[in-house]
Amino acid sequence: MSTPESKEVAVSLKNITKTFGSVTANNNISMDIYKGEILSLLGENGSGKTTLMNMLAGIYAPDGGQIFVDGEEAVIRSPQDAFDYQIGMIHQHFKLVDVFSAAENIILGMPGKQKLDKKAILKDIRETVDRYGFEIDLNKKVYEMSVSEKQTVEIIKVLYRGAQILILDEPTAVLTPQETEKLFLVLRAMKDHGRTIIIITHKLQEVLELSDRVAVLRKGEYVGVVNTREATESSLTEMMVGKKVELNIDRTDPVDVKDLVRVEHLTCLNKYGRKALDDVSFTIRGGEILGIAGIAGAGQKELLEAIAGLQKAEAGSSIMYRAIDNNDEIQLIGKDVNDIKNLGISLAFVPEDRLGMGLVGNMGMVGNMLLRSYNEGRGIFTREKAPRELAEEIRDKLEVSTPNVYTPVRKLSGGNVQKVLVGREISLAPRVLMTAYAVRGLDINTSYTIYNILSDEKKKGVGVVYVGEDLDVLIELCDRILVLCEGKVSGLVDARTASKEELGLLMTKYSGDHIAKIHVEKLLDDDAPAGDEEA
Amino acid sequence: MKEKSKIKKEPLIKLSRREDIDRKHSWTFRALAIVAALIVDGIIIMVIVHMNPFDIYGTMFAGAFGTSRKVWITLKELSLLLLISIALTPAYKMKFWNLGGEGQVLMGAWATALCMLYLGNTLPGPLLLLVMFLAAVVVGAIWAMIPAVFKAKWGTNETLFTLMMNYVAIQLVAYFIIKWEVPKGSGHVGIINQATQSGWLPYIGTNSYPLIVGLVVLVTIGMHVYLKYSKHGYEISVVGESQRTATYVGISVDKVIIRTLILSGAICGFAGWLMVSGSDHTITTTIAGGMGFTGIMVSWLAQFNVIVMILCSLLIVFMGQGASEIATSFGLNEAFGDILTGIIIFFIIGVEFFINYKVHTRKSSGKEEA
Repeated sequence: MSTPESKEVAVSLKNITKTFGSVTANNNISMDIYKGEILSLLGENGSGKTTLMNMLAGIYAPDGGQIFVDGEEAVIRSPQDAFDYQIGMIHQHFKLVDVFSAAENIILGMPGKQKLDKKAILKDIRETVDRYGFEIDLNKKVYEMSVSEKQTVEIIKVLYRGAQILILDEPTAVLTPQETEKLFLVLRAMKDHGRTIIIITHKLQEVLELSDRVAVLRKGEYVGVVNTREATESSLTEMMVGKKVELNIDRTDPVDVKDLVRVEHLTCLNKYGRKALDDVSFTIRGGEILGIAGIAGAGQKELLEAIAGLQKAEAGSSIMYRAIDNNDEIQLIGKDVNDIKNLGISLAFVPEDRLGMGLVGNMGMVGNMLLRSYNEGRGIFTREKAPRELAEEIRDKLEVSTPNVYTPVRKLSGGNVQKVLVGREISLAPRVLMTAYAVRGLDINTSYTIYNILSDEKKKGVGVVYVGEDLDVLIELCDRILVLCEGKVSGLVDARTASKEELGLLMTKYSGDHIAKIHVEKLLDDDAPAGDEEA
Repeated sequence: MKEKSKIKKEPLIKLSRREDIDRKHSWTFRALAIVAALIVDGIIIMVIVHMNPFDIYGTMFAGAFGTSRKVWITLKELSLLLLISIALTPAYKMKFWNLGGEGQVLMGAWATALCMLYLGNTLPGPLLLLVMFLAAVVVGAIWAMIPAVFKAKWGTNETLFTLMMNYVAIQLVAYFIIKWEVPKGSGHVGIINQATQSGWLPYIGTNSYPLIVGLVVLVTIGMHVYLKYSKHGYEISVVGESQRTATYVGISVDKVIIRTLILSGAICGFAGWLMVSGSDHTITTTIAGGMGFTGIMVSWLAQFNVIVMILCSLLIVFMGQGASEIATSFGLNEAFGDILTGIIIFFIIGVEFFINYKVHTRKSSGKEEA
């Protein structure tokens, strides 16, 4: 067994360059990966981590530079080539056949005899499974599996093909803290068996916990590599961002808290008739940030959309909005977006799908400001002056980097797109501000800008709802955290005393067999929004 | 295995997206494409029919602009094609695939002819024209509204629906042509109200063409303003870009789809009215002459820019007029003109690829890095 100290090079990258059009994703990157180590590849969104690893996995071909495997130059032009060099990658978006079992997916595309000897194959796979301590039922169909089980299948698939070098792209992004722990155990076992593991991530705590060395990329450039033992969270952040960053969220104690929206017995069906929300009750209070945690698809989207007037609710549901001026309560169920607006209720909503729902990608900032106000004023024509001034104000205040306010927003970076959206929603002077995955895909600085904006709104007395996936942030930013599990409320905790493990357990409190149903629906769903994929 | 993969080389041609190409460059590309198309056309003329390309081009020009009468015919054809393109544009901007322009125009023409035949001798001139106009616009609008309502309420596929509506329209008009034919058994309606000219658009000079051109200019300006500056126009853009965004801000997608198709169909009906009342004074099943489809191309080529559509329609009408001229003066088959037109359109559409993508060959990409 080799150790990192032996410094035997498994893969060596020399001057690797990759461009997409005018964008340089990787510029002249040279680095070594040692045999039997766990290497973290760290960098912000868009820093080129995934692109670099895709070149090892045969998804992209480099424009310039060389790759050496075991000291010999390797030309990797397809995933098959990569397997020939014993390199396997587990992508962020799983590539499995849903109606096949785990074992069938694992052997799919492998050479073999005409007739499948299922018993022998199962025994063979079982051996790999036991060696590293995976927990998996090999006969289970993929559509019945949770995200973490699917990931396990992907990993076994790669191991079974004899990969010595495993690349995992953001493997913990979709896992609960407990599942993450299990994954780390398996990864350590693989390292003990001499495999080399590269894990792409931007989560610092995991980097420190798991890896031997950390390589850092910034804006397509290679910054350097450090031994994890010598690194700290702040030293790594500095390498990632290029300057010192204050990583504290300024959380003030809520003052003058008032009930704004009382949600009671809210039940919604999704378009396949399954209960996306099941008897949900809670209160949004002005002057505090209410976090909403849950694994993907636990009902977060339907919850926000029901409040915003975009999702039909079942009989018996109630969403009461309290008008602060006269204390009247208004029932929001049965009202659509325009009804709510016409009642004078200022409700701002930053949806998860920024360019597909919150904004129009082909319009500039001005056109997107108009989205909320085009219908104002009399006459049949739109007015251009007010939205232009608003766009300029947001550009200056939130430091949106754009050639001009008419440049289509789809050409802006993810962070700037989000600033445009959040800026517009805040300009409505909302009573209630709902955000879904507000920092997904954003760089660290922009993320903190967003956290500060949300905290400022809270201080103004706005009821802020923050649907998030990073449990650390939820615990640091919010005042209370509502946990959803399969459409039901599985807990409401005080963020100041909550722990990640506690939230993780609540998130999977009612795990049942209907995971299968959700995944069948996903198969039927052709308009599911595309994930934020890294360029 | 490793040996095998070493033989693999860089691909010969690589494509990359051009991010920001400025206007000047893209228009230079387009101009070059037309020049290249004319050169290829010239070669084909020399090789296949052994003639001087310049003679052919000159004759084509003469065919479209040779006499003032020809200029007016070209302008009238240009106006009608432009009008239909403009009619289809709001639907396409909304990403509603309206392939039913042909049928909507035909139904407008049918309604016009119906009024001319049955009310021609009962109503005074201006009132008759107004009734014809309203009938054509309403019938055209209904013809477009039917698929729109089905799309909005039940999610039917508008591509097939609008296309099929064309055939319904053709059969309906074919039935009425037999009913109205003069003389019986000829299969033609003939010139309607030839003696009284009732229901004919007034002449300015020797025909109504100047009036047609004037009316189309008005509609063109109106549509430009509507799409660019009106609240409705904004809603159309938003629905076209993303229906979810539209729903999110409270735009009723169904309402916008139906409303826009009514407008689209109404303008097609208007075009049918101009054709019967202002130009042909009769009705045939082919009165729209494929312009319901050509208009789609014009609209997309111009990327929904109403002003650019004028240029696109001009090019297509010019080629059409020129092609029939060379057919008569050189005794060439009219299909030859179509070949020349086809090549030019091929180049114009093809150049968009090179405007959007940059092509690297293996050698040049090596050079760039050096």
